[in-house]
Amino acid sequence: MPAPAQRRLIFAHIDEPGYTNDLACYLKHGGYEVMKKAFTRPPAELMDEVKKSGLRGRGGAGFPCGVKWSLVDRKSGKPIYLIVNADESEPGTFKDRYIMHQDPHQLIEGTMISCFANNVKQAYIYIRGEMPHGARILEKAIAEARAANLVGPNILGSNYSCEIYVHRGAGAYICGEETGLIESLEGKRANPRIKPPYFPAVLGLYQCPTIVNNVETLCHVKHIVDMGGEAYTKIGTPNNTGTRIFCVSGHVQKPGYYEFEAGKITMGQLLNDVCGGPLPGRTFKAVIPGGSSAKIMRFGERYKGKRKVGADLVDYDWGVEDVPMDFDSLAMIGTMGGSGGVIVMDDSVNMVEALANINAFYSHESCGQCTPCREGSLWMKKITTRMVHGEAREQDAALLKGVADQIPGRTICAFGEACSWPTQSFIAKFGDEFKNYHQDKKAAKPADALPLI
Amino acid sequence: MIAPPKPDLVTVNIDGKDIAVPKGTNVIEAARQLGIEIPHYCYHPKLTVAGNCRMCLIEMGMPAMDPATKAPIVDAATGKQKINWIPRPQIGCATNASPGLHVKTNSPMAREAREGVTEFLLINHPLDCPICDQAGECKLQEHSTAYGRGYSRFVEQKNVKPKRTQLGPRVTLDDERCILCSRCVRFSKEVAKDDVLGFVDRGSYSTLTCYPGKQLANNYSLNTVDICPVGALTSTDFRFKMRVWFLKQTPSIDTESSVGANTEVWSREGVIYRVTPRQNDGVNDTWMADSGRMLYKQVKADNRLLEYSVDRTAALPAVALAKAGDLLNAGSVAIVGSGRSSVEEQFLTRKLADALKVSAVLVSRVGAGDKILVSADRNPNVRGALVTGLIAALPAQQLTSLAADIDAGKVKTVLSVGEDLTAAGLTAAQLAKVSVVYLGTHKNATSDAAKVVIPALTVFEKSGTLVNQQFRLQKFAKAVPGPAGVADDLVTLATLVGAVTRSTVASDLGSLWAVIAAEVKPLATATYANLPATGLLLDATPWAALPFCEGETLHFKPAAAAATA
Repeated sequence: MPAPAQRRLIFAHIDEPGYTNDLACYLKHGGYEVMKKAFTRPPAELMDEVKKSGLRGRGGAGFPCGVKWSLVDRKSGKPIYLIVNADESEPGTFKDRYIMHQDPHQLIEGTMISCFANNVKQAYIYIRGEMPHGARILEKAIAEARAANLVGPNILGSNYSCEIYVHRGAGAYICGEETGLIESLEGKRANPRIKPPYFPAVLGLYQCPTIVNNVETLCHVKHIVDMGGEAYTKIGTPNNTGTRIFCVSGHVQKPGYYEFEAGKITMGQLLNDVCGGPLPGRTFKAVIPGGSSAKIMRFGERYKGKRKVGADLVDYDWGVEDVPMDFDSLAMIGTMGGSGGVIVMDDSVNMVEALANINAFYSHESCGQCTPCREGSLWMKKITTRMVHGEAREQDAALLKGVADQIPGRTICAFGEACSWPTQSFIAKFGDEFKNYHQDKKAAKPADALPLI
Repeated sequence: MIAPPKPDLVTVNIDGKDIAVPKGTNVIEAARQLGIEIPHYCYHPKLTVAGNCRMCLIEMGMPAMDPATKAPIVDAATGKQKINWIPRPQIGCATNASPGLHVKTNSPMAREAREGVTEFLLINHPLDCPICDQAGECKLQEHSTAYGRGYSRFVEQKNVKPKRTQLGPRVTLDDERCILCSRCVRFSKEVAKDDVLGFVDRGSYSTLTCYPGKQLANNYSLNTVDICPVGALTSTDFRFKMRVWFLKQTPSIDTESSVGANTEVWSREGVIYRVTPRQNDGVNDTWMADSGRMLYKQVKADNRLLEYSVDRTAALPAVALAKAGDLLNAGSVAIVGSGRSSVEEQFLTRKLADALKVSAVLVSRVGAGDKILVSADRNPNVRGALVTGLIAALPAQQLTSLAADIDAGKVKTVLSVGEDLTAAGLTAAQLAKVSVVYLGTHKNATSDAAKVVIPALTVFEKSGTLVNQQFRLQKFAKAVPGPAGVADDLVTLATLVGAVTRSTVASDLGSLWAVIAAEVKPLATATYANLPATGLLLDATPWAALPFCEGETLHFKPAAAAATA
């Protein structure tokens, strides 16, 4: 079956020749019209549209956006803040960056609509510290929008006022965890907070109710309000509505970002038809479907079980290539859609060495606050580094698994899962490679092997 | 069947046992009331909850309810309401008691989680217990023994961190031992109000440090050593001096101010090694000031008075006491009592004053209060003098009327109970005009000028009681013996009273308290033996109108301020 055509909703103008990131160009393409119309509607109606749309957060966890908004404490009398999580740092993910670089006004419009819907008077865009270019673009775009009275006091005579500030991140992966982000925004170390009691919807920024949404999620809000929540559900598949952007990297002919209706394309179509298949003379070995913390999939394995189609339960028997790219299907087979970062590895990759790389990242990024992640992530890194650079032992596979199993579910934030899932899944799927590595390591390297980090 | 709880209580079930606890009690404290220990490092009852050590992970569940009807779902097999157990372990410190909460502290899930955390805490820990001061009172050591697996799977290089950082004048940090629980950080910020500590670097390389250009120099810095669950923060004074299991603990009171922080004196073979706070939730929680911990140094100070003397010549105790008795009996005596004496000593001083038909005076000692645990009144027991009737009004800082009396020739003998009269405003010429009988612990200008010097004991060498700023009667006990040959202060005072009244006066605490209870109305029901460890609040109303100098401190609001507030 050939792959369906891309459905570019968010990325409609990305890489479009002649499309610039200034306000004039955005207005020329119908920009801020949705916001103007939205401001004439009651906020509750807008929230309802988002709830109806079934929009799920695009940051990684896939939490329904409408539900998140409905959890916000609106009775406390405290101001409500909205934070745009633009701290895109999950390895393999590069979608928010393009939105901010090439279409910043789309984000601002989506943010303003969301602020209006939630009666937010102040929004912050927390942008990753390593994206100074994006920050400058956003600052310029907000200044333009403010000059045109699209942001700021009494927007377009609607009596509604809202400010947006760009805050540059502190240069750490953990700053993207929502409570860590809030701490960082408050000027502290980005140590995630304990939940309970510090749920952002109740005790967020400055102990006020706070909404934290991903860049892409807020852009979707603009389109939902434009077309209506009902119409939005027609895109994608039930419970996985809208489009998803896949950032494909690694060993494919045409890596890049592709936007498709959620669940309408399978992994095989994405990699073979859209991305041109494996590099010449190579075969696919493994793929991580949703950013480096998602559990890895091994080509050749089968996923079997029952799934719900409409009201019926039907059997499925999928290979990696057959898995539809949506939150639920990927969760069903034991991994996750995550942030949409698809990392492809072909047969030239040694899985021990790949894991050593991932572990190095997570041990470097653990904030160090709580014990299992702090000690476990570094321990796993030390083991895989030792395996790769020094003395691998047969029992290291079991040890790695033992260490990884002691982390998830016991930490303050989801970083515990993020740092242990790669190790758990690599060992589960490629256990032999880990067990035999101490032998394989002795064999001569191919001449064209890349140096290890 | 669970009995209906009192309105402010909620019933929780821990390891199969029901207990009713006040709302807001966390699971660790609720379990403690049942005698169940939930091990923890970062949680401290007097600090905010951080939830970062993950040692107190427990299995938790709530009674199952039908989402639609809110009716309890009953398990057919047991006939009891079903419990929905949460599939992931939860931390006990941040979980507050809610009605029907069920907790398993020793289920396989909880045990496995604890073993994992213990292993993680130990992999980069230097395991230098044999040279670590904390050994013997180390939570990591205790919990590793109780909850660890007992073997190590770690074959990598351990992290290397600084071993002896001077965080401040009194605290030395061994960073390798630190388990990053952040108790010290929270203490500095929340209790000492001196937010100087923090972590730098990330992950397992996180390191405790002071903010650049700052030091952990506040007067409460040593509390961080007490609350450090491991041997990371050590007292520079105590470091490498003594194994804690050799030390004897004696309950005592911090005498540096009228706060009367409860303390523990740690000694071995007559030598004090350190002083730490003793928990009293009505006075000092679990804290005390650094300045109070250093008071034990006066025991072995170079200027300690060790021998009795008459006319600056060493004399036998009996000779010196007889000479003092003669001077008192000769008449024209003035008595300078002390706000640093115990209640018992003040009582005997009053007896002496009564017998001589004079009224005693005290010297007030006022400094700046720090609003935490050092009050403005640096005498620990001015209120004791009020209660025993030694004085009726608050003392002044200068002995001006005594000076005038000496100048007028009305006074021939001055008995000073530990007060340096020159510091209280008397000139050397005035002292030269009179015979001074000095009872004191340390040499000073007054002892140098005294006709008779009778050495006395420090608070660590005797037992007694003090009345703090809350009018709380608190007892202290003898931790170490006094210098050889020096009699107990009560014996000395009783001998002097006896010399004047020509009778035998009780000097041991038991019989003395019988006399005190009979003669001092506010203390009628008290005895030294039955005084609770946390003290006894006396009725303060007779003295409510006095203008005490203390400002607000922890657990204390001055009466005047309370009235205006």
